[in-house]
Amino acid sequence: MTSPLHKEKGAELSRRDILKSGAALATVTLAPGVTLMAFGGKKAAAGEDMPADGLKPGARWGLLIDAAKCPEDCSACVSACSAELGWENNGLETDPQWIRKVTLRDKETGRTNSLPVMCQHCESPPCVDVCPTGASFKREDGIVLVNRHTCIGCRYCMMACPFKARSFVFAPVSDQKSIAPRGIGTVEGCTLCVHKIDRGDGTTACVEACTATGNNAMMFGDLNDPESEIAIAVATYASVELRADLGLNLGVRYQNI
Amino acid sequence: MKNLLTSLLAVLALAIAPAHAQELFPSIPKALGEPHPEGNEYWRINHPALLAHDRDLVVLEGIRDVDASLVGCVVCHAVNGPDQGPVPMPVDAGSPDNSCQVCHQFVAIEIGCFVCHASVPSKEDVAMILPQYSADDEGWRDYMEDLAALQEAPQ
Amino acid sequence: MDRTSYRELRFTPRFWGLVVILGAFVAAAGGIVLYVEHYGHIVTGMNNQIVWGVPHVFAIFLIVAASGALNISSIGTVFGKKDYKPVGRLSNLLAVALLIGGLAVLVLDLGRPDRLVMAMYTYNFTSIFAWNILLYSGFIGIVALYLYTQMARGVPEIAQKSAGMLAFVWRLALTTGTGSIFGWLVARQAYDAAIMAPLFIAMSFSFGMAVFMLVMFMTTGISTRQFPVALRTRQARLLGIFVAVVLYFTAVQHLSAIYVAEHAGVERFILLEGGIYTLLFWGGQVLIGGIIPMIILFSKQAATSGRLVGLAAGMIVLGGFAQLYVIIIGGQAYPLEIFPGFEVSSSFSDGVINAYTPTMLEFGLGIGGVALALLLALGGMKILRIMPDNATE
Ligand code: SF4
Ligand code: SF4
Repeated sequence: MTSPLHKEKGAELSRRDILKSGAALATVTLAPGVTLMAFGGKKAAAGEDMPADGLKPGARWGLLIDAAKCPEDCSACVSACSAELGWENNGLETDPQWIRKVTLRDKETGRTNSLPVMCQHCESPPCVDVCPTGASFKREDGIVLVNRHTCIGCRYCMMACPFKARSFVFAPVSDQKSIAPRGIGTVEGCTLCVHKIDRGDGTTACVEACTATGNNAMMFGDLNDPESEIAIAVATYASVELRADLGLNLGVRYQNI
Repeated sequence: MKNLLTSLLAVLALAIAPAHAQELFPSIPKALGEPHPEGNEYWRINHPALLAHDRDLVVLEGIRDVDASLVGCVVCHAVNGPDQGPVPMPVDAGSPDNSCQVCHQFVAIEIGCFVCHASVPSKEDVAMILPQYSADDEGWRDYMEDLAALQEAPQ
Repeated sequence: MDRTSYRELRFTPRFWGLVVILGAFVAAAGGIVLYVEHYGHIVTGMNNQIVWGVPHVFAIFLIVAASGALNISSIGTVFGKKDYKPVGRLSNLLAVALLIGGLAVLVLDLGRPDRLVMAMYTYNFTSIFAWNILLYSGFIGIVALYLYTQMARGVPEIAQKSAGMLAFVWRLALTTGTGSIFGWLVARQAYDAAIMAPLFIAMSFSFGMAVFMLVMFMTTGISTRQFPVALRTRQARLLGIFVAVVLYFTAVQHLSAIYVAEHAGVERFILLEGGIYTLLFWGGQVLIGGIIPMIILFSKQAATSGRLVGLAAGMIVLGGFAQLYVIIIGGQAYPLEIFPGFEVSSSFSDGVINAYTPTMLEFGLGIGGVALALLLALGGMKILRIMPDNATE
């Protein structure tokens, strides 16, 4: 099965394929999510071992957050996200919040705890199930995103998300970051720094910031890669997912809640 | 499809118009960077489809090395604005001098892109698309000067 | 055979007066849409916690009432009750008009209404919302066909009956679909209940009948037609039963939820501690929309007094809005339980009751949808032979 994307390319843009420039890229879809890429021109000349552009098939990107290492008064991850992706929360109910610090107090024991909550990148995301246009979608590597080109702003995904991970853009925006376009009337949320992942940074802005504070409460990685630090950590230590009763199999896991 | 037809008509009109009618048509600002190998006519007609196609590659499949990227448009086709303050900036899509708007206002087609995308590049955008400029104040100054020179040059 | 003669409404000063008033409301709603589209939803009372506001209350009321308004026609054709036959056409027309009014509000409250066409060709079949789009357009088509079988000459009885049957089944599916929009929100403690679908069907019977009767009163008020007393009395009694059924399902909904531990909190909120929501529930939904009209409709006086019946129908409509306000907005106001067993706090309204103050803009848009529905119904009655001419005793 070819995805509609490639069909469209074949049907409508054949002329462009013929006229392709040096830096152009031909893609052949072998199976959903498995994309063969051939680089032309400069890229090919640079050698065979160029990292493949595009998402890593079979990956399951995720986060592991250790609440015990996360001080209540630290919000480095939130500021880093805001700076990296260009959203701002000034405390209004209508302001966006892609990641937030939540303080917990155990009703029985009184023990308090603090941790960041963002889109949990569910494996079976309710926001994707309910979206009428398919704008809310899950990439092959498990990252759940809003395709703002098709979002009609119905906000059904916000109703469906169990974690309040999404915000609606209530007013016109300007000076967006080119890595994170955002605009009025559409819904947005944590992208798991998909631009950094595609670039091969191997981390997210929040994790970088957390590590920089020395708290080391957050870890990023490929949960499907048994060699990765995060996969070893979840295999070794106890961790939980939020609202496990919903059976959504989240990409973000927590320790020591 | 409608967009495509309209721009096709506009380009055709440009091509067959008698010389003295030239001033009827918008004068499209010159751009920085390498010219499109496919030629300007090709891009003028096809840019909506090309952008739509490549944006789906980027958003859905994470393939970021694409030909038609809006950041690319915004960096190379920037038009320097009337100097505002100490740091000169290109005009944004709200201005009729903006490269996109010059044509789009002529054919009366609204641009949807800049509801979500920035219409003015950042230093990093410039350095990414045109590596001859560095992603700092100096690079930005060079970039703006080159833009200005481009527009003063005879058509 | 149906010997009723049907005629278009005549232009009267009252007709024009009503058209002007309704038109003004529709125009105002149009202005509101442009205003909100330009400045964003920031000018409304909605926020990141209450994402569906008053427009959704109106939209869902109209959609639910639309399928209910069709019942009158079904009772006539499918269940063969003669008294109902003469108003079958109006029932169908009204069903389509209400649905269009409701959908207009729903669509115009989108963040990007300009992209609606997109929803047509990027379709997600797992979304109950997308299924509803199919159900809604199918409904309009089927009811139009049904209306045609009623109005065209020489259509065999059986065709009319089958169209009526199809429409009846479709409307049950449609209301189930509308109810499921909420029933499938598993994460929200207030909505996660299978009872939502039958509750919505009961609501549609009651709201639809009440709206239908009000429209009958409205039409007889601006024309020389009459609301036959026998029909009015039958409808009033049926309406009373529908109201009782809604109350019953509401009781089941809340009683069963109280015994589910994870729903106990939201139940306490709606029934006891929810401020405006508690008030709207007991005062609006139960008292004004339930008990009082039920007493009126079952009383002896209801048989003789059109005014009393009209009053009861009006109260049911008000109670219906209150009920949907409690379901839609009350359900969002109660905080999501992300960390059971913990007290939570954050800068994003975790663990607190979410505030919502609707603005006039949202009411204006919703009322505009009601006005649009009525305007469409009036227009239909003007250009088509909808209203019986001799629907008197
Ligand atoms: S956390 Fe919410 S927004 Fe993120 S994938 Fe899950 S349901 Fe969707
Ligand atoms: S708001 Fe956008 S992303 Fe969310 S459900 Fe609606 S169309 Fe989909």
